[in-house]
Amino acid sequence: MDFRDSPDEAAFRDRLRSWLSVHAKEFPSSGDEYWARQGEWHSALYEGGFFGLSWPREYGGQELPPVYDVILDEELARAEAPPRPSLGYLVAGLSRHGSTELCTRFLPGMINGSERWCQGFSEPGSGSDLASLTTTAIRDGDNYVINGHKIWTSYSDVADWCLLLARTDPEAKRHRGISAFIIPMKQPGVQQRPLQMINGVTTEFGQVLFDGATVAVENMVGAPGEGWPLAMTVVGHEREPSTLGYAARYGKLVRQLAARTDGSANEELAWAAVQTEMLTHHVRRRLSEQLNGVTHTSDGSLDKLLMTWVEQSVGHAALAVGGIEDPHLLSAYLYSRAQSVMGGTSQIQKNIIASRILGLGA
Amino acid sequence: MDVRLTAEQQQLRDAAAKLSDDLGPGSVHDKQIQQTGWRSLRSDGASGVEVAVVAEEFGRGLVDAPFLGPVLADDLARQVGDDGSGSTIAVNGHVIDARGYRRALTLDGTTVSAVDVGAARDAVDLTRAAADVNGTATAVGDLDSDAAQRWLALALATTSADLVGTARGAHMLACDYAKIREQYGKSIGSYQAIAHLLAESLALIEGSVSILRHAAWAVDELDPSEAIRAGRFAKVYCARAARTVCETAIQVHGGIGNTWECLAHVYLRRALTSTQLWPVKLEEINVGLP
Repeated sequence: MDFRDSPDEAAFRDRLRSWLSVHAKEFPSSGDEYWARQGEWHSALYEGGFFGLSWPREYGGQELPPVYDVILDEELARAEAPPRPSLGYLVAGLSRHGSTELCTRFLPGMINGSERWCQGFSEPGSGSDLASLTTTAIRDGDNYVINGHKIWTSYSDVADWCLLLARTDPEAKRHRGISAFIIPMKQPGVQQRPLQMINGVTTEFGQVLFDGATVAVENMVGAPGEGWPLAMTVVGHEREPSTLGYAARYGKLVRQLAARTDGSANEELAWAAVQTEMLTHHVRRRLSEQLNGVTHTSDGSLDKLLMTWVEQSVGHAALAVGGIEDPHLLSAYLYSRAQSVMGGTSQIQKNIIASRILGLGA
Repeated sequence: MDVRLTAEQQQLRDAAAKLSDDLGPGSVHDKQIQQTGWRSLRSDGASGVEVAVVAEEFGRGLVDAPFLGPVLADDLARQVGDDGSGSTIAVNGHVIDARGYRRALTLDGTTVSAVDVGAARDAVDLTRAAADVNGTATAVGDLDSDAAQRWLALALATTSADLVGTARGAHMLACDYAKIREQYGKSIGSYQAIAHLLAESLALIEGSVSILRHAAWAVDELDPSEAIRAGRFAKVYCARAARTVCETAIQVHGGIGNTWECLAHVYLRRALTSTQLWPVKLEEINVGLP
């Protein structure tokens, strides 16, 4: 057992630090400015050799163990650089369920940042109950025609492509009638409606209206009716510790808060620090366990729940230290409230833990 | 970076878990534990991780034979050339794990002293006996300040491990009960109100396991001040988590959970006691993260 870096990990960390000493401050790390330049940041990280670390080599990744993602997250936070663009769930969904042709066509651009992506799963009427979605895909010659309304679509306004779930068979049982598509976003049948989040940010999430948009038949991922397994891979991956590698970001905020309190005791801040420490070691333990080859279990729901508690305790600490006058800290607090909703609500995570891990028959 | 238990550590955990299940509460099998040699893990060269592995399993099983006291005494004794085999530990004038012991070691600053075990004390913990010290302590040797800090880090990690085990035991008890207790014609665990409480408990336990593992590793692998820091963080987290998990276990059991008919309070009492041994307050948490 060793919590320290191996020689290879230490060498990687050193290279990353020296790269960050030059590039970290070139990009904004929060707010609308971050989202506006996220694509450039993604490309810069990739060009530097620091993005797609654990992904398949044939598509532009480096096939390194997942702990390298933790090192990346830690060093980005330490250098006050922007966070790592979060794409792991899309890479996982496409690489597991897509044909070789689709993977070869789309994964390299997704990983190197030359093509931007969004995810079209949730709808205004289908949140936790995703399988109730009503967006339709109707075959018309060599195309499917898409009609429906998607929401919580990160980067929808800048995306070139969307991994979309739509109903292809209204007669089938609800999970079975859903298919997945890779649909081009820059076309007349796609309309954007921005959403202003609770902290004022407008460029993170969007709503998308599909009104007769078309997608080629060959852009269906998997067979007709096989959208649900892909959706489960993607949402499962959204709860993976490497995707949830936010511990370093929370640590950064805790340090900023500590600097403002001049060492005077603040219970909420101390508790946030303890929780952040827990998450740091928890992510390391989970990623180490992945060396056994175990991934995508219901344990992701435990990780997501823990991460949510940590982010929200850090949010409370930000409020306790900064009051409501500091816009940066208030934004951190307000934003933390979404953590118990996005990627599956805390209530859904607890249902999964109770039924699949504890066997309580809920 | 690889923070998995080694194969040997997993074997030790399995052996400790089996013994813990065999013994359980209400049994007195000092001899069997003596035969394992686990009370002298440190003088046999074991790391803090191995000590924590055994402590966690014994907490889970509410093992009522002394382990925490003697294993910490052994670690003090080996460093001052004392024969620690017949000693437990005294802290702040109270002897812990007193049953069967006539001598206790205590660390004051960097000085290790020995003192006689006096009269039994009423203990909150129903599984581990407490006693007063009798007479005055005699110095048996000195540690350097690094070694004294490391020993404190070991005490923090070991009591944290006991807390994690206690929480796991209480949680298992509550989950088993939630599956068989029926109200309104269904098992109570099938209701979200109960299921979510037990799901939260499991998340707290998993977080505790992770922060404990780091603290136990840190005992021997980090600078002493960092090892203490890791121990303090773990202790605060594990203590809060264990209390919540035990309280949830009581709530899930309903009325009977608030009586001596149910084991839930035995877990809670043990958790409160391990929290109060080398206690850490939130105000002592040094917030500046490394």
